[in-house]
Amino acid sequence: MKKNTMIWASIVIIAIVISILATAYYTGAFTSKRSKLVISTTTSLFDTGLLDEIEDRFEAKYPFDLYFISVGTGLAIQHAKRGDADMLLVHDPRAESTFLADGYGLCRKIIAYNFYVIVGPEDDPVGIKNLPPLEALTMIVEAGRNGEAKWVSRGDGSGTHSKEKSLWAMAGFDSNVLRDEGWYIEAGTSMGGTLGIANNYSAYTLTDLGTYLAYYNYGVPTPGKISLIVLVDQGQELLNVYSAIAVNPSVYEGLNFDGAITFIKFLISDEGQSVIEEYGKEDYGQSLFLPAVELLKENTDPTLVSLIKDYAYIDGEECPPEYQNGHPELYS
Amino acid sequence: MVSEIIEGLIEALKLIFSGDPTIVEITTRSILISGTATFLSALWGVPIGMILGLKKFRGKTVLKSLFNALLGIPTVALGLILYLFFSRSGPLGFLQILYTPVGIVIGQAILITPITVSFVTSAIESVDPEIRDLARTLGASETQASVAVLGESSSGFLLAIIASFNRAIAELGIALMIGGNIRGITRVLTTTIALETTRGEVVLAIALAIILLVIVSVVSLSINLIQRRKA
Repeated sequence: MKKNTMIWASIVIIAIVISILATAYYTGAFTSKRSKLVISTTTSLFDTGLLDEIEDRFEAKYPFDLYFISVGTGLAIQHAKRGDADMLLVHDPRAESTFLADGYGLCRKIIAYNFYVIVGPEDDPVGIKNLPPLEALTMIVEAGRNGEAKWVSRGDGSGTHSKEKSLWAMAGFDSNVLRDEGWYIEAGTSMGGTLGIANNYSAYTLTDLGTYLAYYNYGVPTPGKISLIVLVDQGQELLNVYSAIAVNPSVYEGLNFDGAITFIKFLISDEGQSVIEEYGKEDYGQSLFLPAVELLKENTDPTLVSLIKDYAYIDGEECPPEYQNGHPELYS
Repeated sequence: MVSEIIEGLIEALKLIFSGDPTIVEITTRSILISGTATFLSALWGVPIGMILGLKKFRGKTVLKSLFNALLGIPTVALGLILYLFFSRSGPLGFLQILYTPVGIVIGQAILITPITVSFVTSAIESVDPEIRDLARTLGASETQASVAVLGESSSGFLLAIIASFNRAIAELGIALMIGGNIRGITRVLTTTIALETTRGEVVLAIALAIILLVIVSVVSLSINLIQRRKA
């Protein structure tokens, strides 16, 4: 009985100590004078590590703590609609346009762009290397139906998935029909997870370049890395444009709109844009994301600019005036 | 292929023994969050388990079956339900505990309550009924007899708490959906393993997986030692 009492006493003491420590730790975290800015973001910006870099720079200068929630664009928009995010970093112009029109989004700003790539097995059984994207997709469908190739789709409502569906449509296929065919594998997971599945099946897939480079094994077999290679990376259809959008503060009480505007201003500042441009150069020998602000402002590459405008502008504008919410300086 | 896995393991061990501050921070946070959740769950779970084990009342079987069924609740399902409650537009949105450590603590405490309750109940029920009778014949009151039964089942209580803690620290769904895996705030062992795997950084993921296994094993081992000493 005495030994039991000892055991009990020690459990109680340990439990009390743990809870006191934990409380002290939490209150420490909560007495911070810095205000909290919750950002729901597409996985590609986060999983590549870019946002960690931006967070360090931003938090050193401004009194905000950035809370990144990394989900696909589809879910990020859902979070914002429920009032669980102060702003969004997304890459699905059509969904963004709806988000603004529904009254949830304000002050949309295009921050970066890059190009999607189609990756596949090294021996490229379909022979799509360097073909125009839509032609390559058509050949993959034919080979798939003959049992000679497989395709892995994100299948998760993300920005990349949305892009994939629109590419199929441009090539003349209905992704709702394709998904019922045996060669078309629907992953329903992150970009990294999808690349892993494609690697395992020696299949083709569509990916953003950043996630791909972080995953590629550079010819050396490594656990968790993939040996798929880039087969198609040229073609205006592959354009990928990232935007920042603040959530309309009149939808839910307590949203950090000022924080969102401060962060958007940082992203489009010279410093923010150069962080985006430099990120990845050291590790991968190339930028993972390209800055868009100066390009659009100075029109330094008219072909590219008109491509971005066609693809990612809403009613011919980066952000129609009715959604600029008293911040025209973002657009001048 | 095997050699790559071994290489990964070696790299991971090097990382652990280098005392990397990020690893220390994430491990500490995991233990604190899941420890607090276990404490909360013990706070209400142990009394409920004791009542279920000692008292006789109507609906006891139903209640016991309910807790047994909840033992296997998928963490993503509970995570989703709690997210809808804690969301700013949800009924408990005003508490503002979504994406905070407190949110994870509450979520994990709810998750492991059925474990605490069921283990305590069965520990009490497994005590030989003769002990209660013996205590009674020796002149003990009903309460004193109950205390004797509780004394006999104390190692079962410890097991309940250890099992609860292990489930809490090893779960992913709630930590990810309620915590959001925010660097420096709600990033714990399981969410970091998931994130680093997604990022293709398998070495760090392996290192954290090893730490998680060590914590769970040490905790389980210590309960076995205590039990053995008692016997």
